[in-house]
Amino acid sequence: MRVLAAMSGGVDSAVAAARAVDAGHEVTGVHLALSANPRSHRSGARGCCTLEDARDARRAADVIGIPFYVWDMAQRFEADVVADFVAEYSHGRTPNPCLRCNEKIKFAAVLDRAVALGFDVVCTGHHARVADGVLRRSPDLAKDQSYVLGVLTRRQLERAMFPLGDSTKEQVRAEAAARGLAVAGKPDSHDVCFIPDGDTRAFLAGRLGRAPGDIVDSAGARIGHHDGVHGFTVGQRKGLGLEAPAPDGRPRYVLAIDPVSATVTVGSGAALEVLEITARRPVWSGCEPPDSPRACLVQLRAHGEAHPATVSPDGDGLLLISLDRPVRGVASGQAAVMYEGDAVLGSATITGTAP
Amino acid sequence: MGYTEAAARPGNFRERLVYLDHAATTSLRPEVLAVMTEELGHLGNPSSLHNAGRRARRVVEESREVIAEVYGARPSEVVFTSGGTEADNLAVKGLYWARQAQDPRRRRVLATAVEHHAVLDSVHWLADHEGAEPVWLPVDEQGRLWPDTLRAAIASDPAAVALISVMWANNEVGTIQPIAELAALAREHAIPFHTDAVQAAGQLPVDFAACGADALTVTAHKIGGPVGAGALLLGRGTQPVPVLHGGGQEADIRSGTLDAPAIRAFATAAQLVGKERDDQAARLAALRDELIARVRAAVPDVILNGAPPGPGRLPGNAHFSFPGCEGDALLMLLDAKGIACSTGSACTAGVAQPSHVLIAMGADEGRARGSLRFSFGSTSTLADVEAVGAEIGDVVERARRAGRAMAGGGRGAASRGTPEAGRVRQRARAGSAGHVRQRARSREAGGLDIRRGR
Ligand SMILES: Cc1ncc(COP(=O)(O)O)c(C=O)c1O
Repeated sequence: MRVLAAMSGGVDSAVAAARAVDAGHEVTGVHLALSANPRSHRSGARGCCTLEDARDARRAADVIGIPFYVWDMAQRFEADVVADFVAEYSHGRTPNPCLRCNEKIKFAAVLDRAVALGFDVVCTGHHARVADGVLRRSPDLAKDQSYVLGVLTRRQLERAMFPLGDSTKEQVRAEAAARGLAVAGKPDSHDVCFIPDGDTRAFLAGRLGRAPGDIVDSAGARIGHHDGVHGFTVGQRKGLGLEAPAPDGRPRYVLAIDPVSATVTVGSGAALEVLEITARRPVWSGCEPPDSPRACLVQLRAHGEAHPATVSPDGDGLLLISLDRPVRGVASGQAAVMYEGDAVLGSATITGTAP
Repeated sequence: MGYTEAAARPGNFRERLVYLDHAATTSLRPEVLAVMTEELGHLGNPSSLHNAGRRARRVVEESREVIAEVYGARPSEVVFTSGGTEADNLAVKGLYWARQAQDPRRRRVLATAVEHHAVLDSVHWLADHEGAEPVWLPVDEQGRLWPDTLRAAIASDPAAVALISVMWANNEVGTIQPIAELAALAREHAIPFHTDAVQAAGQLPVDFAACGADALTVTAHKIGGPVGAGALLLGRGTQPVPVLHGGGQEADIRSGTLDAPAIRAFATAAQLVGKERDDQAARLAALRDELIARVRAAVPDVILNGAPPGPGRLPGNAHFSFPGCEGDALLMLLDAKGIACSTGSACTAGVAQPSHVLIAMGADEGRARGSLRFSFGSTSTLADVEAVGAEIGDVVERARRAGRAMAGGGRGAASRGTPEAGRVRQRARAGSAGHVRQRARSREAGGLDIRRGR
């Protein structure tokens, strides 16, 4: 097959590309320049972001022995991922930009371009498997990335290649070292790639400015103020900036965020517990869209566990998720990914919760 | 057929590289390689006073005489540099500083909007750090600077002009400027006139004395010589302030140990240019015209950028815009076929940049992004042209499909969601808010959908 290997400059995508070559495919490496960072005097200049990552990707391609190019996806990334990220926070929701990037960039814009240019599949270093068209978890559960890929449709999965699907991260690193790839020891990236210093709140403040409002307790009494709802996530405990301790002396958590009145509601951990979740935009890649309630497992955040639940379509494109046992800290904007065992059934975006 | 197939199938692999990127760098002439290799075996710093030093110095001075002869300069007017970029920096910054020192009112730097970045960014640097006032001289849709444009720009405040810099031939679109006429205008006001003749020096009769410029940039690797040697020709009485300080070589204008092997190779390349230039120019022009004809035949709506073939255009340059294509897609597809060409400049990370030259010529960004340069040199043959002619139609067709996929907002055939998904999205947006509210009764965390429904 003709394979376009997306190479981030990290160890996973480098080994994935190398394995695609070993499997006998015709592989071309592409680094996606995602950050618009205009250089002075070069009108229209863009994509000159993580120079080190671009260089690492190029060197990996050299070692593997494949052609290498840089694709400028900065405009698309800004519109589909960064702007979406900012808008979601401003609406009191908690987006997952990696998921959005897979959905809109890697397996949409890049995939479409690749197919038009004559490639058959896009290969990435995600830790996940596709078997018989169904997305499955990586055996390395600590590194499993099926959650951020759960949003992909069957058609997108047909065009995806994840050569690391059966390996642990440790195996990947060892293989990278054995192959002479300099990125073998490169630390994993954990942060949001477009917020290099990891300070999401400052990044959002830079984009959204100040939009002060009140922090209230569950009874509605004002107990503090904040500079913008974008600084908060449901379930958050740190950085609330509250002076008076809670009357019961127990930690307080963000329970709800109302972007319209700019109100952040805080309360006890117990009040965070939810049993009911609504979600929209369901995508069913691992099964037929269910037309009656279906028992499955649901994962509600990137590194969370999977909870037993029953999902029911409401006939209006929405999904009602009833958890068997209460779960704490479920944030709107995150994906609810449905599993059966280690197989992904589908995914939907959380829009609301109830106890 | 998929684009990598040809390259991957052993029998089909194009053994010979079709190299049509001589404007980026030329292949080293075999004679030059021989001379340079020989010289690398010799010991001696041209500045040393002993026998070995004198020998190296003699190589440098003989080379200086050859280069001066080929380009119509006196040997004393040749200042060796590490290449075109350094010579441009020395000319622009050095002359600005010198003119400022004589009269601080001289702040205006006149340059075309289509200069190479070595000039462009030097001027920008002067503006950012030294208080220079850049005047970007507009060009017409072929990339030409009209003498009247320069005359008017000077006339608006002649006493405040520090220097003028206009390239002899453009590296992207190959447009040739009327240098002698422009230099004469500068001379009327005794304003130093610099020209970057890097692209012209291998294909056109470049005569420093006859053109009337005060400073002229050449570089070896664009004329069949090695990378890393170049020169700034400086007329008598034109004294830039040095950029590099050190051992005082090159009459204190450019310090640094002279690279005798590279300089000797540079001179050998220049000598070959002097001998073969006119024949070569005719040969390259014929190849270029044949390429234009074949590309036009395969892609009827192609646009040839720059001046029409003839005296206004570098013989070895063909520069096209392919409507609906991204240049980087074209380059990649041709590269897979073993054909090397250029989209213009790329940033450090490797992202192709929309050309400032085409933008200055009035092209929209789409046309600027969908462009490709093919440039010919001494090793080019008709087989190269035939290879492009055979592939360009398919390649453009494919790149167009990719362009449409991108323009379609990532909703191309491969990734498009099902129609049902679209319907669901629409409904979710249209406000099933009541529904949601009912279901998620008390805690409508961040539910904009919900609030809007009220
Ligand atoms: C017009 C022009 N000026 C200057 C340069 C820079 O010359 P060098 O590569 O020797 O630094 C180039 C080469 O790209 C050029 O085309």
